[in-house]
Amino acid sequence: MRLTGHEQKILKGKHGEAPRIALSVLVDLGDLFGAEEMMRVSQVHIDMTIYMVDAGVEFAERLADLGGKVAVPTSLNPSAIDLERWKEYRAPVKLLDKSRRLENAYLRMGATPTWTCAPYQQGIIPRFGEQIAWGESNAIAFANSIIGARTNRYGDLMDICAAIIGKVPKFGLHLTENRKAEVLIHLKEISMEMFENRAIYPLLGFLIGEMAGDRVVAIKGIPQDVKIDSLKGLCAAAASSGAVGLLHIIGVTPEAQTLEMCLQGTKPKEIFQITPKMIQDAEERLSTAKKDIADLIIVGCPHFSFAEFRELAQLMEGRKVNRSVTFWAITSRAVFGWIKDCGMLKDLTDSGVMVFTDVCPLQYPKETWHFNGAMTNSGKFAYYCFSQTGLDVIFGSLEECVETAVNGKLCRKESLWRKN
Amino acid sequence: MEKKLTGRCVVPGKCDGEVMVSAQPISFWGSVDPETGCINDPRHELFGQSISGRVLAFPFGKGSSTGSLIMLELARVGKAPAAIINMRTEPILATGPIVIKHFYGKEIPVVTLSDDAFKMLKTGQHVRVNATEGYVSIIE
Repeated sequence: MRLTGHEQKILKGKHGEAPRIALSVLVDLGDLFGAEEMMRVSQVHIDMTIYMVDAGVEFAERLADLGGKVAVPTSLNPSAIDLERWKEYRAPVKLLDKSRRLENAYLRMGATPTWTCAPYQQGIIPRFGEQIAWGESNAIAFANSIIGARTNRYGDLMDICAAIIGKVPKFGLHLTENRKAEVLIHLKEISMEMFENRAIYPLLGFLIGEMAGDRVVAIKGIPQDVKIDSLKGLCAAAASSGAVGLLHIIGVTPEAQTLEMCLQGTKPKEIFQITPKMIQDAEERLSTAKKDIADLIIVGCPHFSFAEFRELAQLMEGRKVNRSVTFWAITSRAVFGWIKDCGMLKDLTDSGVMVFTDVCPLQYPKETWHFNGAMTNSGKFAYYCFSQTGLDVIFGSLEECVETAVNGKLCRKESLWRKN
Repeated sequence: MEKKLTGRCVVPGKCDGEVMVSAQPISFWGSVDPETGCINDPRHELFGQSISGRVLAFPFGKGSSTGSLIMLELARVGKAPAAIINMRTEPILATGPIVIKHFYGKEIPVVTLSDDAFKMLKTGQHVRVNATEGYVSIIE
């Protein structure tokens, strides 16, 4: 790679040890992927915020100890625990300690305590065309696709290095020519009525991820009035079943106002179609449960927006969560402040919904909470639930989740694709 | 008798070791136990086997961006593979060995081979990996 004089000085350690390590890692990655130079990014989202293994704590603490500071506004993905309501979240002492150490290290480096996986809704929000470096698969897919900002799929460790330098190697999805769709997906015999049940969006995302793999994909046939939270659920599911960094929704997303626009004058390498039968099949595959048991209801994966809380509050109004069920709604501190201030939090809490901030529900402490089965409206949560928690899971709409929570037994509604 | 397979350097380094081949891709997060280095995903063909100290050959990495961190932890506790051979290496997989080099000063050579060369590798073969010069030698 061609490096500037300033970058060469950083590599020689003239600006300190933390920038030297960070830039060395980025330059190696750039050389590997054929980048010719480094480029500035305006902001970073750090994925490596959930305590999983000690190497992560060591890495963050050492960079902080070496005086590392973020060079650009930097948001943080969820923690392993609710850092404010850790008692209610039953955080074990060891997990609390490691999470605090990570928190201290990142805050010492100057990161913003967003603690959310939906930084595109309540964080440091990029504009169309902005060059950014984000971790967290659902956030990457959303930023690239829905906003039209530009980021590669940055992994743990690389994200922190990018934050310290404020630059990344110029390659991949940062460049226009790599953002063209290679895979095209048509929706076949999916009626507009089917979209009224919004559970369809994560199911489409799940199928899109399987078809796309790690390629840029375009989807035709999504209604233009699709809600932003439905797109969030679709992106999160697609980035779970596949390594999807960018998906174009024709007529909806900014780089795909037309099919021609997102193909950039080329032809798709592969074309697929999605039928109602495939959606039904996706729903069955996402639900691992053999029995109709759901005593944990999870919503807010990715973190719930204010609009989603409003919908939940309307569905819950005047009703109570059954005593046999635990209902978690997960969100960011920003949204928590709004629902608290407008009284919605009290209503939800009174009806038995537990609202937590900061956390990733996939990593809830298994030593202190014991459940027999989960139900969720999230395609991402359903996809990872069994491997991450050992719990079987049922996927359903938000309405079905609420009905199940209130009745204490699985409630299903008719849906159009299930009739096929 | 040595058979030399020429490829491309991803992360430089050299080592000798025994190959463990997987025809399936590997997601280090969710498939590898960071404490033991054993494959703990029951859906994976190497389920139950330890990758630590082996020359691990698999077509490409997949899955979560936390994979890089799991690799770093494997190096920290001394359970990492000795080297990695891929058909293609994506950024999340490459990040682990790159950070290990700069952060722990340890070497996990990573080399890519063509699909045909990759298929010459069989579990149990003794190989010499020279990622720096971009080749793998099978020592019969």
